[in-house]
Amino acid sequence: MSILCNSDTKLIVQGMTGRSGTFYTDQAITYGTNVVGGVRPGKGGKTHIGRPVFDTVRDAMAQTGADATMIMVPAHNAADAMIEAIEAEMPLIVCVTERIPVLDMIRVKDALRGSVSELVGPNSQGVLTPGACKIGVMSTADAKPGTIGIASRSASLTSEVVASLSAVGLGQSTTVGVGGDPVHGIGFQRCLELFMEDPGTTGIVLVGEIGGSEEEQAAAYIKANHCAKPVTALVVGRHAPAQRRMGHAGTLSVFGSGNAASKNAAFRSAGVSVVENVDDVAQAMAGTMAAA
Amino acid sequence: MNLYEYEAKEILAQYGVPVPEGRSVTTAADAEAAAKALPGHKFAVKAQILAGGRGLAGGVELAPTPSKAGEIAKRMLGSRLVTKQTGAEGEVVERVYVETAVDSRKDFFLAVLVDQALAQIVVLGSKNGGVDFEDRVLREPGIVETLPVDSNGSLDDTLCDVFLNRLGISGDAAAEARGIIEALVKVFRRIDATLIEINPLTLTSEGTFAAVDAKVSIDNNALFRHPEFAGLASSAGGDEIEMQAQKDEINLVRLDGNIGVVVNGAGLALATQDGISDAGGKAANFMDIRTTATSLQVARGIGILLNDPNVKSILVNIHGGGMTPCDTIAEALALALAWSDRKVPVVTRLAGHNADYARQMLVDRGVPHERCDTMQSAISAAIARAA
Repeated sequence: MSILCNSDTKLIVQGMTGRSGTFYTDQAITYGTNVVGGVRPGKGGKTHIGRPVFDTVRDAMAQTGADATMIMVPAHNAADAMIEAIEAEMPLIVCVTERIPVLDMIRVKDALRGSVSELVGPNSQGVLTPGACKIGVMSTADAKPGTIGIASRSASLTSEVVASLSAVGLGQSTTVGVGGDPVHGIGFQRCLELFMEDPGTTGIVLVGEIGGSEEEQAAAYIKANHCAKPVTALVVGRHAPAQRRMGHAGTLSVFGSGNAASKNAAFRSAGVSVVENVDDVAQAMAGTMAAA
Repeated sequence: MNLYEYEAKEILAQYGVPVPEGRSVTTAADAEAAAKALPGHKFAVKAQILAGGRGLAGGVELAPTPSKAGEIAKRMLGSRLVTKQTGAEGEVVERVYVETAVDSRKDFFLAVLVDQALAQIVVLGSKNGGVDFEDRVLREPGIVETLPVDSNGSLDDTLCDVFLNRLGISGDAAAEARGIIEALVKVFRRIDATLIEINPLTLTSEGTFAAVDAKVSIDNNALFRHPEFAGLASSAGGDEIEMQAQKDEINLVRLDGNIGVVVNGAGLALATQDGISDAGGKAANFMDIRTTATSLQVARGIGILLNDPNVKSILVNIHGGGMTPCDTIAEALALALAWSDRKVPVVTRLAGHNADYARQMLVDRGVPHERCDTMQSAISAAIARAA
C-alpha cells in the first residue's frame, strides 16, 4: 500500500518532449511506471518514446484515463501548466520544475482552492512508491518497498534517509518531496493525513529545514489528532548563520518563526522522536518501530 | 535581488508613494551641490549599501547645512560600513543618497510580502516603526498588525479600516495611508517583489506621510520577465564570488571557517554544516550544487574554495541523486585539483547514484583524497586535516 500513487496510476507527462522530459519519462517507464502519454501543445497526434502526445491535459485524460501528471515544463510556463491540470480536474499533479516566480505560485494556489487536485511541488523531486510507481526525478537505487512513509523538504536528504532506512531493513511505502519553494502544494500536514489513513504505512519520517512554518503546523496536527503511528523528525540548519539566505533552504522569516530549535521543540512536545543528524534517522525509526 | 534605497525610492515614487526629495551621488562635492538644490533646511546623508541595519551603524547622518552634507559624504564615501547584517567584513560605501530631512511626528512600519503558509500577499504594519523595530518585534510580536490582500490585488474595505485603526491612523491621514498601501501592493505585484519594507513610514509635522527608508527585494526567479532591472546598479552588487558561483548553477555563501564544503542539495548542505559545527569545526562556506550544474561548472565552484587561503581542507559530501550522479562531482574534483597550484587536503564521502563508479574514477585519475564511507567520519577527517 502507499499514498498518492501506486501500480494502478496512469501517468502523463506535461513537457514530455523536452530534453529532461524525455529523459525522466524514459526512466519512469523503465522503473515500471504506467506512463500513458504526454502533453505538448502543437504536437498532439504524434508519438514520442512510444507514447501518444496530446495538445491538452483534458485531451490526454479523455483519451487515456490518466489520473496523474508530472510537470517538467520550463519555469516561465510551469504555473500555466499546473493551472491547466487543475482545471482539467487531474487528481494528482507533481511539479518538478524549479525557480518558478512566487507570485505565479500564488495564482496556482488560488486555482487549487476548492479543486479536486493534490499538488506536489514545485521544486520537488517527486513522489515514489518503491517498486510500483516513480513520478519524479529522484534516485531509486536504494529505495525498497516497505511501510515507512517519508515526507521531505529536501531531495538530497530524502536519498540519504531512504538509503539508511533500506540498509536497516525498513522499506518505504511512499516518499514525497513537498518541494523547496516557499509557496507550494501539499505540505507535511497533508502528507501526515494521508500516511495516517494508509494501512500500508506503519511509521513516518519527516525531513524538515529551517524557515517557514511547515514543521510547526505538522507538530500541531500530530498533537491535536493523537496520531497513532510513530513519527521521527529531522530538522536541518541548526547551525546556519542567522540573517543569511542559504539556497532554497532557510528562507528566514523576519517574523520569528523558523529556527531549528523552535521546530524541534514543537515536534518534541507533540511526542515526535527528534533526531539531530541524518545518520541517526534510521536507528531512531527502527527503535520506535520495535517499541510500537 | 535587493535594491539600493535610491533605486527602491525611484520605483516607489513612480507608483505615487510619497518619498522625500533626494539625489544619489558618488562624490562629496556632488553631495553638497545636491543638498543646495533640494528643498528644506536640513538634510539626511545615507550610505547606499545593500545590507540593513545602517541607522544604528552610523550609515545615516543628519546635516544642518549643504556644506555639512558634503563633509559627511566625504567621510562615508569609500569607508567600510559594518552593520548587524553585513558580517564582519562590512560593505564599502560607493554612493550616498542626500535627501531633504523630514520632521517626524510619528514613525510607522509598513511592509508587503508573501505569507508562505497562506499563499497570499499580506501587508504588515506597526505603530512602532523606526531603527529599533526589528529587535523590538522579536520581543513583542504583538506590535505587528496584518492585512490580507486578495488574489486580484484588492483590499477589503472593512479589514483595511480595522488595520489602520489599530495603527492609530484616522481621518485624512487614513485616506492617505490607504492610498500608500494600495500603491505598494500594486508595485509589489507589478515588479515581482518578494519584499517591500518602509521603515519608517513617517507621519510628518505637516500631517502627511513620507517613506523615509525603503527596502525592495525582487524575486530572482522572475527576473526573466523584468529586463528593466538588468541595468540597475544593485544587479551587479553583492558578493562578487557568490555571484560568479550563481552563474555556474551553484548557491554559494561564504562563511568565516576553514573547511571548504562541496555538497549537492540545500538540505544535505545544511545537514553537513550542522555536523561540522557539532564536531567543533567551522565551515568556510555553504554550497548547494544545483541539479543543472555540469562538471565544468562544479569544477569552477571547487576552484573558488581552492583559491581561498582561509580554506585548509575540503570536504566533498555528495549523495548522488537522480539528477546529480556522483561521477559528475568526481570529474569536477579531478579537474579543479588539476587546475589549481594550491594543495589542500581533500576528504570525500560519496553515496547514492554512481558512487562506486565515481570512487574508482578518483583512484584511476590519481586524485589525492582521503575516502570516508559515512558523513560523520568524513566530517571528523576534514576537521582533523584543517587543524
